[in-house]
Amino acid sequence: MTDVETKAEVSPEALPPDEGSDPRKRLAPALGFRGGLRWLWAQLTSMRTALVLLFALAVAAIPGSLIPQRDVSPIAVADFIADHPLLGPVYAAVGLFDVFSSAWFSAIYLLLFVSLVGCIVPRVLVYARALRTPPPRTPRNLSRLPAYATATLQTDETDDVVRQRTVTELRRQRYRVIERDGTVAAERGYLREAGNLVFHLSLLFLLVGVAVGGLFGFRGSSVVMVGQGFANNITQYDDLSTGAWFSDDQLPPFTIAVNRFRVAFETGPVQTGAARLFELETEVTDRPGDQPYAKTIEVNKPLTVDGATVHLIGHGYAPVVRVRDGNGDVAFSGPVVFLPQDGNFTSAGVIKAPDGRPERLAFEGIFAPTARVDDRGPRSLFPDLIDPALYVNVWSGPPKTETGEPENVYSLDTAGLTPLKDADGQPVRILLKPGTSYQLPGGKGSLEMTGATRWVKLQISDTPGIAVVLGSIGAAVLGLCLSLFVRPRRVWVRIREEAGGSRLVEVGGLDRADARAGLSEDVADLVQTVALGAGAAAPDRGEKENQ
Amino acid sequence: MNLEYYSSAALVTSVVIYLLAMTAHAAEWAAARRTPATAEPAELAAEAVETRKFAAVAAGSPKSGSATTASGPVDREDTNQTRLADLKIELWGRVGVALTVIGFGCSVVGVVLRGLAAGRPPWGNMYEFTITAMVLVVAAYLVLVWRTGARWLGLPVTLLAAVGNGLSVTVFYVAIAPLVPALHSVWFVIHIVAAAVSGAAFTIGGLMSALFLARQRAERRGSVTGYLKRLPTARKLDLYAYRFLAFAFPLWTFTVAAGAIWAEYAWGRYWGWDPKETWALVTWVVYACYLHARSTAGWRGTRAAVVALIGLASFWFNFVGINLLVSGLHSYAGI
Repeated sequence: MTDVETKAEVSPEALPPDEGSDPRKRLAPALGFRGGLRWLWAQLTSMRTALVLLFALAVAAIPGSLIPQRDVSPIAVADFIADHPLLGPVYAAVGLFDVFSSAWFSAIYLLLFVSLVGCIVPRVLVYARALRTPPPRTPRNLSRLPAYATATLQTDETDDVVRQRTVTELRRQRYRVIERDGTVAAERGYLREAGNLVFHLSLLFLLVGVAVGGLFGFRGSSVVMVGQGFANNITQYDDLSTGAWFSDDQLPPFTIAVNRFRVAFETGPVQTGAARLFELETEVTDRPGDQPYAKTIEVNKPLTVDGATVHLIGHGYAPVVRVRDGNGDVAFSGPVVFLPQDGNFTSAGVIKAPDGRPERLAFEGIFAPTARVDDRGPRSLFPDLIDPALYVNVWSGPPKTETGEPENVYSLDTAGLTPLKDADGQPVRILLKPGTSYQLPGGKGSLEMTGATRWVKLQISDTPGIAVVLGSIGAAVLGLCLSLFVRPRRVWVRIREEAGGSRLVEVGGLDRADARAGLSEDVADLVQTVALGAGAAAPDRGEKENQ
Repeated sequence: MNLEYYSSAALVTSVVIYLLAMTAHAAEWAAARRTPATAEPAELAAEAVETRKFAAVAAGSPKSGSATTASGPVDREDTNQTRLADLKIELWGRVGVALTVIGFGCSVVGVVLRGLAAGRPPWGNMYEFTITAMVLVVAAYLVLVWRTGARWLGLPVTLLAAVGNGLSVTVFYVAIAPLVPALHSVWFVIHIVAAAVSGAAFTIGGLMSALFLARQRAERRGSVTGYLKRLPTARKLDLYAYRFLAFAFPLWTFTVAAGAIWAEYAWGRYWGWDPKETWALVTWVVYACYLHARSTAGWRGTRAAVVALIGLASFWFNFVGINLLVSGLHSYAGI
């Protein structure tokens, strides 16, 4: 990088307009109410305010990444509050568990967008005017421009011919050219400001797209046993979060039969147990009565059905059990979802038989797909289903009156239940492998494990504004590139009679953006082209740098 | 043949060679420290003049001023010593660059062998990402040296490459393994290459901003001595930093956007305030601040450079800190 470019870029015109030099923005007004409002508006839309707001946005986002967030991991939030009895409520009160939907975070980005609108809209108008304005008048003294070069014409071509050649060359270089008073004025790089405006405007569209998704979208998940199915109905969701303007009848009425789930884990020595393959074979029915069709869902290949997207976001195991009560009747039969606790799918869960008579029964414990019991307790050694086993403690108690209150299926409320003990007074611990069963002491019933199956967690979502979001991000990146890489430049050419009758071609150039390179080289090239085309020698004074 | 072993060996070698290169550049800096203040080559003197003019430094800055006005007979002995010192600086500098080229070759071999051994692009975890990013940083530096003679970046770049590759082979190292299913996507290549390239550009821009701050401070005090005198003027350093950051910013925007598209495929939402996503946005916003600061009166120069350094810190915190400290959906470090 030579000195040339640096010196070419230091003219005051090359620097962006200075907000601080605008006296209207520096003087404190004594202008009454309307003047006060105008002053506030000017403050809000100033670049300095935008900078402060941008900083505030960056700082405000940080706690959201370091403190657990409710919408990302509600359990972590509950744990945090339990662990920090003092800090927890304070954090909750100021919204630190919901940073990104908190009033203060919203205030920052909304102010930022207001500031953006206030800054961009006037600039759009200015730009529209600039587009219709021809390149500016040729300065009287071209040699005072940041880059300047001359060459002596030695042929008899008329000025008009030389000028015409200049115009052609500049047009070839995509300048907007105008001939004025025997000089040529040219300007290029209008796209820079256009890119800048497009970038900022597409941020507005981005916000609109995100808002549409937030207001009309939904996202929910459902645990589905392999071999069973899911019907897109609000009752089938384990959790469902919807936008404020979402209504339940927007859920498309499809059904998905989950037929087969292919899983593979790393068995080699490195990263043993890491997931290698997830393939879910399903049969989809768009609406009741339609012909079902087969579809495979993979991790990066979600299923799109009727506007909704179905993702495979989790999986686990469900031991299939049969519980008989003290009367010998089947009190519960079927698969029970156990939730994975570690990478090897040591899973915890509860088997409940509330209808058992004379006493209701409950089993709480661990399922391990590749089981091992040692001094660290029962656990799984590998995530795949190789040697499954179920370890449970037993609880029994008098039947409970039905209250209709919802109950967590994954945890056991031991109120009214007592742990079952064996003859030695030790709590009963049951180890079951598929195909085995256990008779509870005291004739209280039995537990049989018939096998184990898998469950998958499906996420069903629809984000309506996503096309707008993606489109505006694309436009933003494009605009950004234009605004950073297009070089706005002005060039003027004049042919002057020298003393002694020779004619001199003068070229002056001015870069209108900071950090651009090569102005002086281009100006020198241009004067060469103009002069050489006329059969003249190299530039007599060469290029000249102005500081 | 065990490609994985040779890959690691090449990278360990590269760490050693980068350390040697760093030592050479340190010797270059040290040699420059002894350079008498009057032994300012004409070109630098001219720059000093320019600097005083543009940075509006007090025109009477004694040392840089003296270089331009020194017209009396110069002591012969002094001249010889100066030339000897210059030779020393030149020698150490050349040794440093030569070693950097060798270290760069080793680390390229390491990354390529890693990819061959794994049978996939070598960007599946933190280790692989770091060694790739270091290759890109050093490549950018070597191109700068080749095209513009920017040897003044030698010390910070070799220091960074030695630390980066050193941490990689000691702390971040994980053995080769296939990718988890979540990474089976074309976006894997697009998203990560964009992240690595913009990260390298952010890093070089940040190093330049740091040097800018050092040089600017010396120019303000009017005593540009020792190694600082061999740096480009503050104005130019600011400009070079801007070029790198202006290149990196749209690419980083694209990285985040590509990540959002991939997230929509993989996780069913394009944005979920995952810690990694949050810090990517923080980084983006800080660099947006930088670009705005550069065109705002009172923020140009020093403050903008500080903002650029904050941006770089948040980029690397997002990479190292978030990977190791916070658990999220981007937990691919495998450590």
